[in-house]
Amino acid sequence: MNDIILHGVLMDEDTEFSLDEFCYACSSSIKWVVTLVELGALDPVNYQQISLDEQTQWKFSAHSLKRARTAMRLQRDLEINEAGIALALDLLEEIEILESKVQKLSKN
Amino acid sequence: MDFKDYYQIMGIERDATLEVIKRTYKKLARKYHPDVSKEPDAEVRFKEVGEAYAVLKDPEKRSAYDKFGKDWESGPSSPPPDWDSGFEYRGGQAGGQSHGQSQEDFSDFFESMFGERFGQEFGSNQSGQQRRPNNNRGEDSHAKVTIELEDAYNGATRSITLQSPEIDQQGHVVNKQRTLNIKIPKGVKQGQKIRLSGQGSPGVNGGSSGDLYLELVFNSHAIYRVVQHDVYLDLPITPWESALGATVKVPTPEGSVDLKIAPGTKDGQKLRLKSRGIPTKVPGDLYVVTQIVLPAADTDAAKAIYKKMHDELDFNPRQALGV
Repeated sequence: MNDIILHGVLMDEDTEFSLDEFCYACSSSIKWVVTLVELGALDPVNYQQISLDEQTQWKFSAHSLKRARTAMRLQRDLEINEAGIALALDLLEEIEILESKVQKLSKN
Repeated sequence: MDFKDYYQIMGIERDATLEVIKRTYKKLARKYHPDVSKEPDAEVRFKEVGEAYAVLKDPEKRSAYDKFGKDWESGPSSPPPDWDSGFEYRGGQAGGQSHGQSQEDFSDFFESMFGERFGQEFGSNQSGQQRRPNNNRGEDSHAKVTIELEDAYNGATRSITLQSPEIDQQGHVVNKQRTLNIKIPKGVKQGQKIRLSGQGSPGVNGGSSGDLYLELVFNSHAIYRVVQHDVYLDLPITPWESALGATVKVPTPEGSVDLKIAPGTKDGQKLRLKSRGIPTKVPGDLYVVTQIVLPAADTDAAKAIYKKMHDELDFNPRQALGV
């Protein structure tokens, strides 16, 4: 036990990951990330500006990191293929949106 | 240490075929997967089911379990020394066929039955083909830390204890515990992450350590609901405050404020207190949702007032229903 207080970096809307950092953060291969991008399951923030052969220039948001990590766990644990993952991610996010609507409306 | 009835955990008969075991596992894994399930104990159930499946899908482990598992309660606290002599264990799983959890996550019961022998097979959460090869940098790791809504307003320091499996010099997997004190900055949102450089898994052969990502999870609050950076509060008001207007005290996570209720405020009306939500870069708002509460007619005086309203007010709330 030490008394040092660690200060981290808060990942917010402005945080961007390079492709390499992104792959590290979700312990995945570049190939796997590229597949998910091709399926539209992950959206590099600068996708429009970057041609496919310049993938190393892609930047990812913290939100994409959350999606990628969920994708990784779903694939590992449930043996879902990439297209299935893309669908599951969208549905999970839809559920999240609906739940926050319920949350806003609910009276405990 | 508790005996684990793997058949009961999976809800299958003791003579279930491998097909049934596989199919049941897949159904349960989908049902309890922590990313999908809304069950409060999903994570625990998912682990239990994974452990049960790891044993029952493997004919060798299953028969070892069947042979010794049933005597567990009456038997010794660890398997007989030569308990596994009759079994031949195959080496690591075929690459890519990775399992959802590391052996370190399994119960003490599993540990004592199958112990070190399977250390390599389940070792350190290998995710097969997904792993980045040929790199000495340690892996990034992820953990959750629970905070209160108030912490998001004021910032806080949290200490968390992390258990991480590490390979020691002899090549054994050991669970290392370390405690970190983390500064939670103010203005954080549910699910947001904090990155701590160099606090992930140590690198190998002189490589640098990975990063640690901490996901912030809010404890549910007794009176506030949090939606993104906005905060919602149900505010009970009296019928006369609603009808005549009033200035009432309203709690906020930063202390109470006076709120003006306009005459004719309805039940369920949303009043916005700008920028009194979570102080993120663009601060959220605090929404006060009115709840008109009727006083009980439990005294003569109260009854008299209701009676007076009945006599003097020409009010039919069911007019729109045509009655």
